[in-house]
Amino acid sequence: MSSLVAVQAGPNTLVQDLGRPGLAHLGVGSAGAMDRAALALANRLVGNAPDAAGLEILFGNASFARDADTWIAATGAWGSVTAGGRAIPPNTATLLAAGETLLFGQAANGIRYYLAVRGGIDAPPVLGSRSRDTLAGIGPAPLVDGQSIPIGPEPEAPIPPVDLVPVDAPTTGEVTLELRPGPRRDWFTEEAWDVLMSANLRVSPRSDRSGIRIEGPALKRSNAGELPSEGMLPGAIQVSPDGAPTILAVDHPVTGGYPVIAVITDESLDALSQVRPGQPIRFRLATGR
Amino acid sequence: MRVLPFGDRAVLAEYDTLAETMDAFRALDAARPSGVQELVPAARTVLARIDPALISLRAAEQWLRDTQAIHAVTGISESVTIPVRYDGPDLAYTAEILGMSADELISRHSGAEWRCAFIGFAPGFAYLAGPIGLEVPRRATSRQAVPAGSVGLAGEFTGIYPRSSPGGWQLIGTTDAVLWDETREHPSTIAPGMTVRFEVLP
Repeated sequence: MSSLVAVQAGPNTLVQDLGRPGLAHLGVGSAGAMDRAALALANRLVGNAPDAAGLEILFGNASFARDADTWIAATGAWGSVTAGGRAIPPNTATLLAAGETLLFGQAANGIRYYLAVRGGIDAPPVLGSRSRDTLAGIGPAPLVDGQSIPIGPEPEAPIPPVDLVPVDAPTTGEVTLELRPGPRRDWFTEEAWDVLMSANLRVSPRSDRSGIRIEGPALKRSNAGELPSEGMLPGAIQVSPDGAPTILAVDHPVTGGYPVIAVITDESLDALSQVRPGQPIRFRLATGR
Repeated sequence: MRVLPFGDRAVLAEYDTLAETMDAFRALDAARPSGVQELVPAARTVLARIDPALISLRAAEQWLRDTQAIHAVTGISESVTIPVRYDGPDLAYTAEILGMSADELISRHSGAEWRCAFIGFAPGFAYLAGPIGLEVPRRATSRQAVPAGSVGLAGEFTGIYPRSSPGGWQLIGTTDAVLWDETREHPSTIAPGMTVRFEVLP
């Protein structure tokens, strides 16, 4: 079995699969890929099982090589991605020849590339998942330059004959996220709700896999009480005492003591994972129930 | 109890007291319908995460309300004994603010039966509820690094740091017990609903 080598690991490249949901009562969050749809697509393109592990490459500036021909697919963020100097399109299975370098340039749309390698990343699973949980420090450590990454055995499924996957590039403009009222909406003033639903909001550079901070007007509380810690999930919009909202992401603490004014829908989480620092976002009330 | 909204994949049940929450969690956990993927107990709440393909939010809400009506589940819960050296740096201060001697604090802490209400803060960090009269505030300033195995008190809980981390609990003792090992089948030594006793080591 030959390994994939991270020639340049990039600023923050993590092994991710669909995570380890179901352990929050033991203090462990789900972790997993931030953009689940992108990882699932990458796996599908190279014939991997949906729960195979891939690499989540933040911002790019990472390169890989293997001493054997390898089918790969890159999804999620869009930027300059080359194999042996040839540009490879996003969302397409590509044969990386032995010894060729696969180079991810700086992402231009979105911020997280996903790389699936046929066979999957075969890092040792922890509690049923190969995901790195950056908050709990569980799972494979972030990649370092020169690291060899074990690749699993060839899957039985062939490379699917897909010509074109209709997935657009992540937008660089305003991103609309759908939300529903959260459990503590009544801890906030009506004005705070209006601000959340109408103000010009931006994603803060101080965002990571545990939470996406939002820059905008402070959300004022009508109830100044202290909330006993309660269970949290990705998508919960927690508001700290200074009125700043943070949308919890996959590596969030399993319980939290800041009131949750609203929760973005499961579907909006993937879009949120590709929003760049400084990019404008807008919330819209989800319909139905 | 109240049921509060929590997005399109979860609902939050809120209770009046810690004891009621713990009883409700046991009842809910024992009768979980398919589609309820995860129950996260906390101090006054239980968060139920659902798969909307298997159960609707409305049905999950109804289940939370109906189950709440069941009285506390009887039966013997799993128990664990943690050996502790009562040598923590805040032992004397904590005894003082509780208005008792250090010996009395040790005797009450080790003489009580504690019950795991929930786990939060870090993997395996159990919030253990016990006798009334041992409630203390957190330290005014958190420590940068609390050593693994430190036994502390804060609010209505006692707890043990599974690994070194920052922390603001009043530290009264130390244990060599391993609280968290992710290579074990049951990684957390203590799980919600379990009873815990502390044994005094010389």
